[in-house]
Amino acid sequence: MSNRYIPHTQVDIDKMLKRIGVSSVDDLYSDIPQEVIFREEYNIPSAMSEIELRRHFQELAGKNRSLTVFAGGGAYDHYSPSTVAHLLQRSEFYTAYTPYQPEISQGTLQYIFEYQSMISELTGMEATNASMYDGATATAEVMFMMVASAKKKNRVLISATVSDRVQNVVKTYAKFHGVDLTVVPEKDGVSDLDAIKKELEAGDVAGVIVPCPNKYGIIEDFTGFADAIHAAKAALAINADPSTLAVLRTPAEWDADVACGDGQSLGMPLQFGGPYLGYISCSKSMLRKMPGRVVGATRDADGKRGYVLTLQAREQHIRREKATSNICSNQSLMALYATIYLALMGPEGMREVNEASAAGAHYLYSRLLETGLFTDPFGKPFLKEFTLHTDLDVAALNRRLLDNGIMGGLDLGNGLVSFAVTEKRTREEIDTLVKLIAEEKK
Amino acid sequence: MKIYDKLIFELSKPGRKGYELPKTDYAGNALKDIPSNLLRKEAPALPEVTELDVTRHYTNLSNKNFGVDTGFYPLGSCTMKYNPKINEELAAMPGFASLHPLQDEESVQGALELYYNLQQALANIAGLAEFTLNPYAGAHGELTGLMVMRQYHMARGDHKRTRVIVPNSAHGTNPASAMVSGLEVVEVKSRPNGSIDIEDLKPLLDDTIAGIMMTNPNTLGMFETEITEIAKLVHEAGGLLYYDGANLNPMLGKVRPGDMGFDIMHINLHKTFSTPHGGGGPGSGPVGVAEHLRHFLPNPRVVKDAEGRYHVTADSESLGSISTFLGNFGVMMKAYAYILSLGKENIRNVGPMATLNANYIKESLKDDYLLPIEGACKHEFVFDGLKDKSTDVTTLNVAKRLLDYGFHAPTIYFPLLFHESMMIEPTETESLETLDEFIDVMHKVAREARETPEEVKNAPLTTIVRKLDETGAAKNPILTYRAMKEACAK
Repeated sequence: MSNRYIPHTQVDIDKMLKRIGVSSVDDLYSDIPQEVIFREEYNIPSAMSEIELRRHFQELAGKNRSLTVFAGGGAYDHYSPSTVAHLLQRSEFYTAYTPYQPEISQGTLQYIFEYQSMISELTGMEATNASMYDGATATAEVMFMMVASAKKKNRVLISATVSDRVQNVVKTYAKFHGVDLTVVPEKDGVSDLDAIKKELEAGDVAGVIVPCPNKYGIIEDFTGFADAIHAAKAALAINADPSTLAVLRTPAEWDADVACGDGQSLGMPLQFGGPYLGYISCSKSMLRKMPGRVVGATRDADGKRGYVLTLQAREQHIRREKATSNICSNQSLMALYATIYLALMGPEGMREVNEASAAGAHYLYSRLLETGLFTDPFGKPFLKEFTLHTDLDVAALNRRLLDNGIMGGLDLGNGLVSFAVTEKRTREEIDTLVKLIAEEKK
Repeated sequence: MKIYDKLIFELSKPGRKGYELPKTDYAGNALKDIPSNLLRKEAPALPEVTELDVTRHYTNLSNKNFGVDTGFYPLGSCTMKYNPKINEELAAMPGFASLHPLQDEESVQGALELYYNLQQALANIAGLAEFTLNPYAGAHGELTGLMVMRQYHMARGDHKRTRVIVPNSAHGTNPASAMVSGLEVVEVKSRPNGSIDIEDLKPLLDDTIAGIMMTNPNTLGMFETEITEIAKLVHEAGGLLYYDGANLNPMLGKVRPGDMGFDIMHINLHKTFSTPHGGGGPGSGPVGVAEHLRHFLPNPRVVKDAEGRYHVTADSESLGSISTFLGNFGVMMKAYAYILSLGKENIRNVGPMATLNANYIKESLKDDYLLPIEGACKHEFVFDGLKDKSTDVTTLNVAKRLLDYGFHAPTIYFPLLFHESMMIEPTETESLETLDEFIDVMHKVAREARETPEEVKNAPLTTIVRKLDETGAAKNPILTYRAMKEACAK
């Protein structure tokens, strides 16, 4: 029976069967109807040794291409200091279960407390949960949270400038849960306050979701948003890239009630889409409607400082069908990732990351406009991501860039292309990209 | 040994740093060009520390943690297997880790092949037609599966099916997922052994029922022997059967959910397929469906064409999207590696050996702990606390005392069917020697409960912190370092 992950020898099995008082392991399954027993062979390969396994993965990796990335769209190629990945391999962290036994989980509980503290510093808000699956599901949960807070109002507005991928997930959750979700059209590439105000007039809106930076990379100006929304007794939620919040005006400074978004930008490997994490921060007044785990500081029987999961009365394992969310985990290890990354970078490092990314992005932006192949349809401020208009065949252009080992801008349709630049891109890489694109002029 | 008690913020000293970025020589300062009302007023109060500070701090924190690599977790319904080390290494390979999720599919054929192969392997192991790997966790899988269920009925124009049957012994996520998916929960009673009471089920099966959620073996570790009858009744009533894959492990090599009549299921890759729990995540909760439901799975999908090329596609009948991209790919890589390491030969032994381990512990301890249900269990079983009820030593006391002896506690006070539930699940990766050590300690605690009950009631006595004030923490929440400083200042 034994293999490298199953330790049972025949001697063990015989001894155990004797203790149990049955003659074979099959006897332990004698209650199962014969007609449903699976007697065939599984249609999967034969067992592989580590050598074979490694070879197989290398073969698969050989069919992928690592590119010089100039695309964002919710996943950014930021650099993470080597220390982060090393510390994440401490198996006391990654082989641990959810910290339900606080006495032997102080490591996990403390780093979640530190994570909550750091994300709260970025968003400026009083409370942050232990993390969600990703930015899109976090935004969907924020929709539920606003509905639960508003009582008797079941309508939520979402700006069309929120990432389409996030919108799609929010729409799915709204459709099934029965939330009346209205997409408010954009105006000149940003959220349209006048249109939002018009929707608010009906008096049935629980909350409004707007992005920063938005799907075009534009840093939106939310002047007047909070006042109008709060006057209609609705909540304001800002979906924000946490990395950029090290320099951009915070959701708290915009007087938002909730902030949410994807933590991938905090140095996480692109990893073909996950794992990343979603975060939710909120003001004290919304705290008891926030889904997910929360860690709080406390004292033990001897007065020593310690940490516990707290406010659990909100959660599904207590409230079952009365819960406002079904989440019963978090992306704990990715929260550790974000925590260690932010600890290493500190306030200065986070400012430098944003400066270097923005400098590269603005350089690329100017160079692309100089080619005469692109125009800026919006003319609004941006940081590391921006969107231009072109008459070029974007798909064909990107195929040619791919041949040169480059992932070009994302094709947003209607001639719009969005580019992202991080601190990892060099001036030479940007110049190469521009040179290849300029060749399209012929 | 000195107990380390610092927060990373308490190591901070202005001017220290733990990073270095290349100097750039672009003209101007792009941040200065951004209107000042769009910038934050003050820098965030993140710690200013060196790389060594960070390394020592988090290494010290790791020493305050218990993990599978530290010791045995008899944690019921959580399937705490050993997490193979090679899998960590493979998942971090640059050839995968550097891939942007929106790269052209030509440049990610290897990743898509892995993704597709895992979909196929899970479908075969589950006896279902097709899987989506998009869901991020078990609860997310449940939600997705129930959305599939609703989408199916809506696509048929059957809009009155808005209720789902959930046994009162179900995992807490089941009713919560049902609620989030817009379904109303109808509870069906369990018999004393946790199995569904068919006589109680029958009258519930009308034309408002979308389906039933079941865990098999159930949360008492007992197999639902009447599953084929239940499947027939639910299908005849026009409903679908959802299989909560939390308890899939003992079924490997023995029974496939699809063959039992289930239409939809989720699998917790972090349980059955050995990916690390990570202190609470990231997990992965793939959802499988029978042939007639495959078009309703969430987008995006990964498919293989006749030429053997892989594509990312969207199905117009799909329920929609439930993830930003393709799910927790890094977790999938580890599960795929585990399936290939076991291979078709050893996967057959997973269920039987997990079941053997559970029965061995149960039979070894039933003289000291109250076993409410006799008979062969599967991967887990439940004790209703200590057999000797004269000591007033509770399940919580026993659980905390186990921490003193270097074991994780079992799952406690679940299922809700008993007052002193203590749910124990060893997995097939634990050896007879480990089980014997656990059994000895459990006997010892039972003895202590009789002879020195105060010691058990005050446990844990040897952990880094002792019993923590949870009531105080909830009453006056201190959730950030900033709040902690303010509370101290008062």
